[in-house]
Amino acid sequence: MADEVVLLDFWPSMFGMRVRIALAEKGIEYEYKEEDLGNKSPLLLQMNPIHKKIPVLIHNGKPVCESLIIVQYIDEVWKDRSPLLPTDPYQRAHARFWADYVDKKVYEVSRKIWTSKGEEKEAGKKEFFEIFKTLEGELGDKPYFGAETFGFVDLSLIPFYSWFYAIETFGEFNMEAECPKIVAWAKRYLQKETVAKTLPDQKKVYEFVGQMRKRFGLE
Amino acid sequence: MAEEVLVFGAWGSPFSRRVEMALKLKGIEYKYIEEDITNKSPSLLKYNPVHKKIPVLVHNGKPVAESLVILEYIDETWKDSPILSKDPYERANARFWAKFIDEKCLSAIFKACWGEEKEHEKALEEASELLQFLENELKEKRYFGGETVGLLDIAANIIGYWLGVFEEASGVELMTREKFPKLCNWANEFVSVSAIKENLPPREKLIAYFRNRFGVGTASK
Repeated sequence: MADEVVLLDFWPSMFGMRVRIALAEKGIEYEYKEEDLGNKSPLLLQMNPIHKKIPVLIHNGKPVCESLIIVQYIDEVWKDRSPLLPTDPYQRAHARFWADYVDKKVYEVSRKIWTSKGEEKEAGKKEFFEIFKTLEGELGDKPYFGAETFGFVDLSLIPFYSWFYAIETFGEFNMEAECPKIVAWAKRYLQKETVAKTLPDQKKVYEFVGQMRKRFGLE
Repeated sequence: MAEEVLVFGAWGSPFSRRVEMALKLKGIEYKYIEEDITNKSPSLLKYNPVHKKIPVLVHNGKPVAESLVILEYIDETWKDSPILSKDPYERANARFWAKFIDEKCLSAIFKACWGEEKEHEKALEEASELLQFLENELKEKRYFGGETVGLLDIAANIIGYWLGVFEEASGVELMTREKFPKLCNWANEFVSVSAIKENLPPREKLIAYFRNRFGVGTASK
């Protein structure tokens, strides 16, 4: 039976991008469905009734939700090519730990920066630099976070690259100056076709964030 | 080489108890180290410098942190008595609900028990809604894992035991047999499993701890 793979997504979503990269890495054909988050489709509400969020992967009619869970699912189903996680249990645990760290910390703090002003924004920036310093510490002198090649942690973090321009502009700082290792890592990873083709243009994301800020009354 | 397994935990924490439950289910011997979370040991800070939290599993000197990450590590390292299905869809499902419990349920339950009075009704409703999802997910199964205790059952230890403790400590009724018959049955089955029973903190001590820490609950005011 031919596999039917559908992805419910929203183009600027960092979480959706993770899934798109994973699907591209594995060479899986799928139908992409853009969701209007202000007017969620009946399909989305049916497939993710708990959180009502994207991304949702629908594989032969069955939904999988939560981006890192979807990526692991993809890795386990299409296990014959391009592994996304290492095989050794300790390395897998290490990868899951750091992907979980990215999940828990990076999105929230980034959001703080582009949705706030004044003191709150400055506090957000301070936290942001601390978190990225921790990530740079974990990266060390390695070319990527993964054990042998770009892996699970790299995949979990790289979508934020498309948001860097927006965050540094609205945050009034320079990403390359503050987090040089991360920027170098991102540029290295972007040489991969699957990543370069998947990530949206930074300027487009910047415009999108600008529109969101207007809606929140920040502009 | 002899295996050395250490668990850094706290007696009342459902998170560190999860790790012990999984090890017990698989018959793995380990050394338990009780942490005073108000005065963290140099070892804990060395093994989990990022979050500085328990639980941490240290296997032959190598640390693993975050309870759900630890559970998967345990399952992949000691393959007897598996706690996750081999089927990718069922695995994704278990992971989804475990994350749901950690990210949504715990804080909602806390709010319902010890939140602000004016928000009490709303908090109760929200917590009930979340429990209803779990009630529906259980269906006719004995355990979330099917015939045997699985990762999701272990992750749901908060629901299976700690929730009852919170209810008694705060005086708030949340998981009634009337509204949640399946979850109540499951909870009874869960705490009866010997590997689980052996790893539950003493109930009275836990109730006293929470009463002390959070005061008398919203409902009792």
